[in-house]
Amino acid sequence: MEIKLFRKIAGAAACAALFFTAGAQAQSLQLSIEIPRLNVAEYHKPYVAVWLEDESRKATQVAVWYDLEMRNNEGEKWLKDLRQWWRRGGRGLDVPVDGITSATYGPGEHALEVAIAESDLAKLAPGKYRLRIEAAREVGGRELVEIPLTWPLEKSSLPLSAAGKEELGTIKVALLP
Amino acid sequence: MNKNVFKTTLLAGLMAAGIAMQAEAHRAWILPSSTVLSGDDPYVTFDAAVSNTIFFPDHVALGADRVSAFAPSGKKIELENSAKGKYRSTFDVQLKEEGTYRIGVASAGLRAFWKDDEGKRQMWPGRGQQADDSEFDTAVPKNAKDLRVTQSSHRIETFVTLGAPSDSVLKPQGVGLELVPVTHPNDLYAGESASFKLLIDGEPANQAEITFVPGGSRYRDKQEEIKLTADAAGLFSVTWPSAGQYFMEADFEDGKAKAPATIRRGSYSATFEVLPL
Repeated sequence: MEIKLFRKIAGAAACAALFFTAGAQAQSLQLSIEIPRLNVAEYHKPYVAVWLEDESRKATQVAVWYDLEMRNNEGEKWLKDLRQWWRRGGRGLDVPVDGITSATYGPGEHALEVAIAESDLAKLAPGKYRLRIEAAREVGGRELVEIPLTWPLEKSSLPLSAAGKEELGTIKVALLP
Repeated sequence: MNKNVFKTTLLAGLMAAGIAMQAEAHRAWILPSSTVLSGDDPYVTFDAAVSNTIFFPDHVALGADRVSAFAPSGKKIELENSAKGKYRSTFDVQLKEEGTYRIGVASAGLRAFWKDDEGKRQMWPGRGQQADDSEFDTAVPKNAKDLRVTQSSHRIETFVTLGAPSDSVLKPQGVGLELVPVTHPNDLYAGESASFKLLIDGEPANQAEITFVPGGSRYRDKQEEIKLTADAAGLFSVTWPSAGQYFMEADFEDGKAKAPATIRRGSYSATFEVLPL
């Protein structure tokens, strides 16, 4: 269901782009992150982090999915397993952070929308960035997927996509509207 | 065969030379269960041993009673659940503050070696013993044959970090051979290069000799040592060939000793964890 909904929205956005030049500030960054279904004896939903990194490796946080439900914040103990994210700002973040942290998600395609004007993305200087998506799973593996992009995003270049091999499926980047 | 002969000779020579040198025949280390941590008040458990094979306890335990742990605020913190086994000690440290912790052993003092009237080798302090420098005058005969007096220092340490790394526990104390990280010791990644500085009594340890050995040496034929020399500023850098735990040792010797010593000697060793990119 989520997949279909996402496709419709993305399609509409692509059409809209042909006719309107929407102000960048009113736009939303839309990401679709696929968590693959894995045939393993013990499955835990992965921790996932999404951030943008400029050429000097300065990170702008986009999203972190981790176990918020455990007693005594014990879910935070495993945040360092998102080891690149941990290094690129995670370790300096006082979680939970409004608009960035959320609970984990199971297998499927998950849409993530970030209103650019209301987030740190509004402060990004134009230039080259890498969108990095890292997933780490308890008693499982860890994977990092990268999508190089130019900010602000140009609609003609969208959607961007990349795919992981183990812990992440297809990642798509679009703009709304 | 040749190698074995060499080792036996070397070992015999080192043993004869006494404790200071014996430290070089075996490697003393403190190994943390993890170095990069998140969450509330996590624990790190440590092994401490003196061994031939890197990170495999095979010789003697390094007593936890000699180990001190310092929190990011500089406060000395208690070791918990200390136990001394045949081959290694274990202890736990709880990280209640965010930042970088230093866990280690440090000692410095005079050592003397000489031959008595019967031509037998003598040393002070005795093997495995500690002594205060103030006892030097009464314990060491000043006109003994072949008297050598060294000012020696030893330091064995490791670092762990909760949350963002901090620098307060990394400040040098100005005593003996010390490591001053340029690259943070809990921010090390395979394929990247890391820089460090060695100081002797607070001054650059020019020409100090450094060796890195990757852990797991039992499962390979070669030590795969990385040998480096500190420059005039005491600086050196290493590019980590792969992720894993690394043992580092450094030695320094010169003649700028405080009287009555004529030789100044410093040894430093540390354990680092390098993470995959």
